[in-house]
Amino acid sequence: MTTVDVGFLGVASSLVLVVVALVLSMAEGLGLERSILWASLRAFAQMMVIGAGLSLVFEPEAPMVWSWLWVAAMVLVGAATVSSRVGGLRGTFTNALLALGCAQAVSLAVVYGLGVMPLEPRTLVPVAGMLLGNCIGATVLAARRTLAEVQAHRDDIEVRIALGWAARDAVRPHLAEAMRTSVTPQVEQTKIIGLIALPGTMTGLLLAGVDPLDAVLTQIVVVFLILGSVAVTAVLVGRGTARRLTTADHRLVLPPTG
Amino acid sequence: MDGVLFELSEVTVRGPDGRERISGMDARIPDHGITVLAGPSGSGKSTMLRLCNRLEVPGAGRVSYRGAPMEDMDPLELRRRVAMVFQRPTALPGSVADNLRIADPGAGEARVAAMLERVGLGGFADRRAAELSGGETQRMALARALLTDPEYVLFDEPTSSLDPSAARSIERLAAQLAEDGTPSCWVTHDLGQMRRLAHHLVVVVGGRVAQQGHLDDVLRSRSAEVASFLAGGDEE
Repeated sequence: MTTVDVGFLGVASSLVLVVVALVLSMAEGLGLERSILWASLRAFAQMMVIGAGLSLVFEPEAPMVWSWLWVAAMVLVGAATVSSRVGGLRGTFTNALLALGCAQAVSLAVVYGLGVMPLEPRTLVPVAGMLLGNCIGATVLAARRTLAEVQAHRDDIEVRIALGWAARDAVRPHLAEAMRTSVTPQVEQTKIIGLIALPGTMTGLLLAGVDPLDAVLTQIVVVFLILGSVAVTAVLVGRGTARRLTTADHRLVLPPTG
Repeated sequence: MDGVLFELSEVTVRGPDGRERISGMDARIPDHGITVLAGPSGSGKSTMLRLCNRLEVPGAGRVSYRGAPMEDMDPLELRRRVAMVFQRPTALPGSVADNLRIADPGAGEARVAAMLERVGLGGFADRRAAELSGGETQRMALARALLTDPEYVLFDEPTSSLDPSAARSIERLAAQLAEDGTPSCWVTHDLGQMRRLAHHLVVVVGGRVAQQGHLDDVLRSRSAEVASFLAGGDEE
C-alpha cells in the first residue's frame, strides 16, 4: 500500500484546472476571472496557514491544550458564521455558540469516553472540525426555519397565548416542523452514503494509503457522529430561537420584517 | 376608580420599527356594557386592546386592571380573565371540539356542546374546524374564548373579514354577553357598528384618545377632531 505525497509540484500541476476554469469563464463571457483567481489564491493561503498551525499542534511534544484551544476557536468561528448567515435575529451568536458547543461536547464525549478513537491531536482536531463543518448548515437552517414557522403561524400562537397558555407551549407545535426540516437533509445523506460519491473522510484515508476496511469503519463512525451532532444542534438552536421570540411574561416578539 | 376596569395612564408603545403606535395615551374602559374603540386605521386601537391582556406592554406609562398595576399580575391568569377574539378568524388543527378544548382540555362533551349552542353552533362539535365559514370560525373562536369563563372579552375588529349577516350575528352575541353580565371592548372603524354596539365610546386618533365617554355624550359634544373622523369614517 503506497501513501500519496502530493508536494508543491503537485499543487502547481493542479493549477491547470484553475486555468481551464479561467479560460472557460473568458470564452463564455462569464466575467468570473477575478473571482476564480481570488478564490484559488484565498483557498491556497488559508490552507497553508491552517497547515502550518496544525503542524505545530500535531508536534509530538505539543501539549494537548493547544488542540482543545483549536477546537474552541473553531466553535467560535462557527457561531460567528451562523450569526452572520441568519441575520436580523438577536442573540443568534450566543444561541449557536451554545448549540455547537453542546453538540461538540456530546460527540467528543462519545468518541473518547467510549474509546472509539485514541484522544490525541491527530484525531481531535479533524473530528471536531468535520462535525462542526457539517453542523453549520443545520444550525443556520434551524434558526431560519424556526423564525419562519413562528412568523407564519403568528395568529395560531397568539390565539393559544391569549387563552392563557405559556408562550413556550404555544410555540412548541410549530417548532417540530422547523427541527424536522433542519435534520432531514442529514438523514437523507446518511441513507445514501457511499452509493453516489465516496465520503470525504474515507477518500482522505484511502488517498493516505489506509486499508479500505479501516477507512470505511472510520467513515461510519464519522457519519454517525455527524448525524447525532446535527440533531443536537438543530434541537438546541430551534429551542433557543423560539425562546428569543418569546418573553418571560409570555408574549410573542417578532423582529421587524422587510 | 369605581366602575373602571382598565386604565391607561400616559402610555406609550413603540412598534418593532421604533415608530410610536400610541403616544402618551390616557384612557379608561368601564367594567360594564360594551366599550367601542373607534378611530381611523392605524390610529392605535388594536395596540390599545392588546395592552389590555398584555399581548403588548407599554414602553412608558402604566396600564391598570381593577386599579392594580398590570405588570404585578400573572399574565397567564390575567389572560384567562380577559379573553380575546382576534381580527382574523383562526381555526387550529382538528375538530371544532378540539379547538374549544385548547382553552380547557378538561371540558366535557356537555360543556363543549352547551358553549357551541350559546354561539349558535349547536351540533358542530365533530365538524373539522378548517371547513367552517369565516363567520362560523369567528363564532367558534368566541366559544373557545368563553370556555375560560372570562370576566371580560376583547374583540379586535372581529367582523372585518365577514359578510354583513355574519358580522351582525357576532354583534348580537356581544350584545347578549353584555346583557348577561360579561362586558366587552370592541375595536372598529365602522361607524354603523360603533353606533349599534357602543354604550361607552373611546375615539382614538393618531395614537391618542381624542374623546371618551358615554356614546350619546361624545356624539353630542364632539370635538373638531372627532367630528372629522365621524364625517370621514366607514358606515355599513
